[in-house]
Amino acid sequence: MSGKRPSRDDFAVIGRPQRKIDGLAKSTGRAAYTDDIVLPGMLHGKILRSPHPHARIRSIDTAGAEALPGVHAVVTGADFPTPYGIIPWTPDETALAVDRVRYIGDGVAAVAAVDEDTALEALRRIEVDYEILPAVFDPHDALAAEGNYEAGDYIHPPKREGWNGNITKKVHLEFGDLDAGWKAGEIEVEAEYYFEGTTHAAIEPHCAIGRFDGDGRLTVWSSTQVPHYLHRELARVLGLHPAEVRVIQPPVGGAFGGKSEPFDLEFCVAALSRKAGRPVKILYTREEVFYAHRGRHPFHMWYRTAMTRDGMLTGVDARIVLDGGAYASFGLVTTYYSGQLLTAPYALPAYRFDSVRAYTNKPACGPKRGHGSVQPRFAFEVQLDKLAELGDIDPIELRRRNFIGANTRTVNELRVTSNGFLECLEAVEGASGWKERWRRLPFGRGLGVAGSTYISGTNYPIYPNDMPQSGIQVQIDRSGRVAVFSGGSEIGQGTDSAMAYIAAEEFGVPLEHVRVYRGDTDFTPVDLGAYSSRVTFMLGNACIDACRKLKRRIQEAVAEHWEGEPEAVVLREGRAFDPSDPERSLPIRHAFQIAETRWGTLGETGSYNTPKDVHGQYRGGTIGASPAYSFTAHIAEVEVDPETGIVTVDRIWVAHDCGRALNPVLVEGQMEGSAYMGFAEALMEEHVFKDADHGRAGLHNAPSLLDYRLPTSVDTPELESLIIESVDPEGPYGAKEAGEGPLHPSIPAIANAIHDAVGVRVDRLPFSPPRVWRALEKAREAGALAKPAHPADRLSSRTEVGA
Amino acid sequence: MLRLPAYRYHAPRRLSDALELLARFGAEARVVAGGTDLIPNMKHRLFEPAHLIGLSRVDELHGIEVSDGWLTIGAAETLSSIASHPAVVASTPALAEAARHVAGPQIRNRATIGGNLCLDTRCTYYNQTEFWREALGYCLKKDGDTCHVTRVGKKCVAAHSADTPPVLMVLGAELDVVGVDGSRTVRVEDLFVADGIRNLRLQHGEILVRIRIPIRPTSRAVYRKLRQRGAVDFPLLTVVVAGERGDNGRWSDIRGVVTGLGSRPRALTGWDAIASDGRLDDDVIESLAQRAHAQCHPLENMIVDPDWRRAMVPVEISRALKALRTTTAD
Repeated sequence: MSGKRPSRDDFAVIGRPQRKIDGLAKSTGRAAYTDDIVLPGMLHGKILRSPHPHARIRSIDTAGAEALPGVHAVVTGADFPTPYGIIPWTPDETALAVDRVRYIGDGVAAVAAVDEDTALEALRRIEVDYEILPAVFDPHDALAAEGNYEAGDYIHPPKREGWNGNITKKVHLEFGDLDAGWKAGEIEVEAEYYFEGTTHAAIEPHCAIGRFDGDGRLTVWSSTQVPHYLHRELARVLGLHPAEVRVIQPPVGGAFGGKSEPFDLEFCVAALSRKAGRPVKILYTREEVFYAHRGRHPFHMWYRTAMTRDGMLTGVDARIVLDGGAYASFGLVTTYYSGQLLTAPYALPAYRFDSVRAYTNKPACGPKRGHGSVQPRFAFEVQLDKLAELGDIDPIELRRRNFIGANTRTVNELRVTSNGFLECLEAVEGASGWKERWRRLPFGRGLGVAGSTYISGTNYPIYPNDMPQSGIQVQIDRSGRVAVFSGGSEIGQGTDSAMAYIAAEEFGVPLEHVRVYRGDTDFTPVDLGAYSSRVTFMLGNACIDACRKLKRRIQEAVAEHWEGEPEAVVLREGRAFDPSDPERSLPIRHAFQIAETRWGTLGETGSYNTPKDVHGQYRGGTIGASPAYSFTAHIAEVEVDPETGIVTVDRIWVAHDCGRALNPVLVEGQMEGSAYMGFAEALMEEHVFKDADHGRAGLHNAPSLLDYRLPTSVDTPELESLIIESVDPEGPYGAKEAGEGPLHPSIPAIANAIHDAVGVRVDRLPFSPPRVWRALEKAREAGALAKPAHPADRLSSRTEVGA
Repeated sequence: MLRLPAYRYHAPRRLSDALELLARFGAEARVVAGGTDLIPNMKHRLFEPAHLIGLSRVDELHGIEVSDGWLTIGAAETLSSIASHPAVVASTPALAEAARHVAGPQIRNRATIGGNLCLDTRCTYYNQTEFWREALGYCLKKDGDTCHVTRVGKKCVAAHSADTPPVLMVLGAELDVVGVDGSRTVRVEDLFVADGIRNLRLQHGEILVRIRIPIRPTSRAVYRKLRQRGAVDFPLLTVVVAGERGDNGRWSDIRGVVTGLGSRPRALTGWDAIASDGRLDDDVIESLAQRAHAQCHPLENMIVDPDWRRAMVPVEISRALKALRTTTAD
C-alpha cells in the first residue's frame, strides 16, 4: 500500500466491532468439539503410562489385556516404531515407547475396548518389565553428564560418538562488536534470572478419534492446532499414502501451543482402529494433559547489559540453559528463539547469546503463547529497569531513546516494517498517569513498565518447501452466499470469523451470508496451522487474494452489463454500485447472478507465501524472521503486602500495535487474554516436579487444576486495552498479530512494579507469596526495605551534596 | 475424565433407614451428602465403597433455626444456605463468612456443613490419582507404609483443611451424633484427633445429624483464610479468634484456633495469661500472635512453603485480633 493510509471509513466491515461467527454456537453449547462426536460402533481407548522417569523396556506382555472380554485391540510401540518429531531435524519420538521410557507418564501401550472402564481394567492386566536407568532432572546435571555416563544411559543416543546425548541443541550467535560495546558502556548490569516452567492449561483436554474405513482410508478427528502437520506425520508413522489420510479438526477448546504437534493419542486411535476395525476415541484426562505438556521451558538466564550515561544501549550478552524435558518437540526453534527475538523494539548495537537446550527426564517442553521469547523478555526488561535506575533515567524514557524505528533491520538482520512501539509507550504512559505516579505512590504500591515485540508468523515453514504457507478457496453463487473453504485452524482465537469479515468486506455481502468451512484436509486447502501468530497475517492475505480474484470477475461482468469500467464497480453493504452514477446500483445478489451468467460457476483459490529476503544471512538467520512484527507496552500497577509477600495486581494497561484491528473486539480479547496469561505466570503458575527429597524425583508436583494454580476471575486485574494501528504495508488491510505479543511485557512490568512498590527485586518466577516474602525479609534485615527514589529527587539531592 | 469406581447409591428419606443401611453394609458402605470431597477422592481410588448412603434427602438432617439461645443447623444444609441464612448471618457471622470461603459457588451449592466437619485430611502425597500414587510408591495414609512428608515415623501428618470447624470450635458448638444404639453429643473440639489417617472420633455406623451453637450476645469472632487465590483453594492457613466483649469494652475469654497445618484444628493455648486484664492493645496482640507462632510447626504436607506458612501464623493472628477489636457491639 502506498500513499495515504486507509482509514476505518474506507471499510464496511473491517475495523468495526463484530460478533464472532461461532460465538453463539459456542456459548450455547451447540458447537461440537471432538469429544462431542460419537460414531456408530465407536470404542474407547486408554494409554498405559510409565511410572518410571527413565527405564529400558525389557518386555511387554499384553496377553492378559487381550483376553479381557470387551477388549478389541491392544497396541504397543512395536506396532508403529517409525520415529517422528514436529521439527524434521529432531525426530526423537515414537507413538508409544519402543524400547525405553523417558519420563513418568510416557506412553507404553494402548487398548481399545467397549467402554472406558473396560479399557482401564485392560491396562491393569498389561505386564511391563522395566530395567531402571539413571535419570536426570536438572538441565545443568544433564549437560554435565558428558563422559560421566555410559552411552546407553543418555536420554537419547548421542548424535556422534563421544557427544552428550542429553543435549538437543546448542546455539551461539554474535552480532556487532561486543568489545566496542563494553568499552562504550558506562553503566552495566549483570544478573541471573530464572523463569519457571508453565503449562497451557487449555479448557479442552486433547481428544482424538480414529476411523479406518473398509477401503483402507484413515480419518482422524483431533483437537489439534496443526491439522496439516498431523496429516503428514500420521501418514509417515502409519505407513500410509498421504492421500489415504484425512484429518478433521472440529472446533478446538483452546490450545495456546499445547496442541501444535502430534501426540500419542492421535497415532493410537489410528492404529487401534486399524486393528479393531471400529472407530476409537481417546480423551486425555487432565493429568495426561500435564504429562503431554509441551509448555514453556524453564530458562536459566544470565544477562550482561551495558549503556552510556545518557541511556543508549551499547552491548547485550546472554547465556541461557533451557530445560527441555524428555523430547525435542519444537526445542530446536525454542533454542534459537531464546536469543533471536530479543533484537527489537530496541536497537542493540552489539549482541551475543549462547543457548543450550538439555534433555531431562520430565514431560517435554515446547511452545506456549510467546514461544521462547517470553522468558528472555522478562529478564531483559528487568535489566533495562535496573539500568534506568542506575542511570537516573525514567525507564520509559530509556526505552524511547533506544527505539529501533520502522523500516529497518535488527542487529541480527531481521527486517522490521511497521513499528508502533513509541505510540504504545505513549499510550500506557498517559493512561496510567505514569509521570505523576511512578515512584510517587506510597510504600507498598508501585508501577512498572515493559515493552516487547513478536512475530506475525514464522517466515519459513517447519519443513523446507516453497509452496504457499496458507490457502483458501472461495465460492459464490446466485443465492448471494459466499462460501469460504479455509485451511485455517479455529482454536478459539477467531480465525473463522476473521476470514468471514474479509469475505464480507470484499464482496459487500452481509456477514450472515458468509459461510466458513474449515478444518478438513479432504476439502480445504493447506494452511500450516495456528501457531507463531501467523494466521491472520498469512491466511488473511490468502483470503484477500482469493476474494479479490473473484471480485474482479464480478466487477468485470457488472461493468460489461453497465458498459462501464470494472474499477468503477464498488461492492459494499449489500449492493454493487458505481459511486459516480446513482443510476448504476444493484443488489449484490443480482451482481453475483450477472457474473455467474457471464463466467459460469464461480470460484477462486488464493494463497500466501512469505517474502524471502527478510532474514539474516547466517546459519539460523531464518529463525525469528517474520513478514511483520507486532509491538507491545505494558504498565502494571501492583500492591505488595510487606508482611505476607502477597502481590496483588490491580491493573494492567496494555498497548499493542497490531497493525490494524480487523475486529477491535477480538483484538481486545487477545490483549486481555494475553495479559491475563502473563499475569498468571508472574504470580502463580509453576509447572514443577517432586525431587528425591519429596516423594519421588521426576514425579509431577500436582497434575490437577486444583493445585496447578491459575488465577480465578476474582484474582484477575482490571485490564485496559489500548489498540495501536501502525498499518503494516504487507499485512491484510495492514494487520499484524495480536495473539501472543501482548503477553510478553506482563511479567517484567509486574516485576518492575514490585520494585517500585517496595524496592526489592525478585529475579525468579513466579512472584509467589513465599518468594516475595523471603525477598522482603532479606531487604528488611539489610535495612533496605524502602521505596526507591525518583531520579529527579536523587539528582537534586546529589546536586545539593555537590554544591 | 477420571472414572468413578462402581457403587450402588441409596437415597433413604429417614434417618433410621440411613442408619439401618449403614449397619447392613458395614465397611462396604460410606455416607455421602454433597459428595464434593468424597467423589473426587473416589475418582482418585482413595475410597472404593460398594455402597453409598446418600444423606441429602434425610429430613432430620435439614433445617436452620434459632431457639432457646441456640442456633441449630442440620448437617445436610449446604454451605451456600449457611453463608446466606439470615439467622446464621445475624447470630454467628464468622460461621457465614467461613462457609462463604469454601471453594467456589457451585461447590458450596452442593457441599454440606456436615461434610465440611467430616472432610478427609489432605496431603500432596495423598490427594492424587491412582497412577500418580503408584509411581510414588503410595503413602502411609493409603496403600503404602511410608510418610513422604516426614520420611520417618509412622504417623500420618495429612492436614485438616476444612473452613468451618475452627469457627464452630471457638463458638463452643456441639454435635448430635446418632448411631444404631442411640445418640450422643460431641463437642466440636472433641471431634478431632491428631491422626492424619482418620482424624474423626466417629464410629462406623454413626451419622452426624446436627450442629448446635450457643448464641452469646457478647461473643465476637473473626475468621481469616490464607490462600493464593481468592476462590477455589483449600486454606494454606486458617485462623479464627474469638472473645467475649464486656459492657466496659474489656475482653474476656480471648481464644483462637489455627488450622490448615496439622491433622486437626489446633486450639491455641496460653492466651489467658497474656490477655488476662481484658485489654486488647497492640502489645497484647503481638504477644498473643507470638504465642501462637510458638505452637505451630507446619510440615510439607501441601505444596506451599511451610516456613512461609509458619511465618504467616502471627501475621494472620494479629490481623484477626485487630479486626476482632473493631467488631461493633451489635
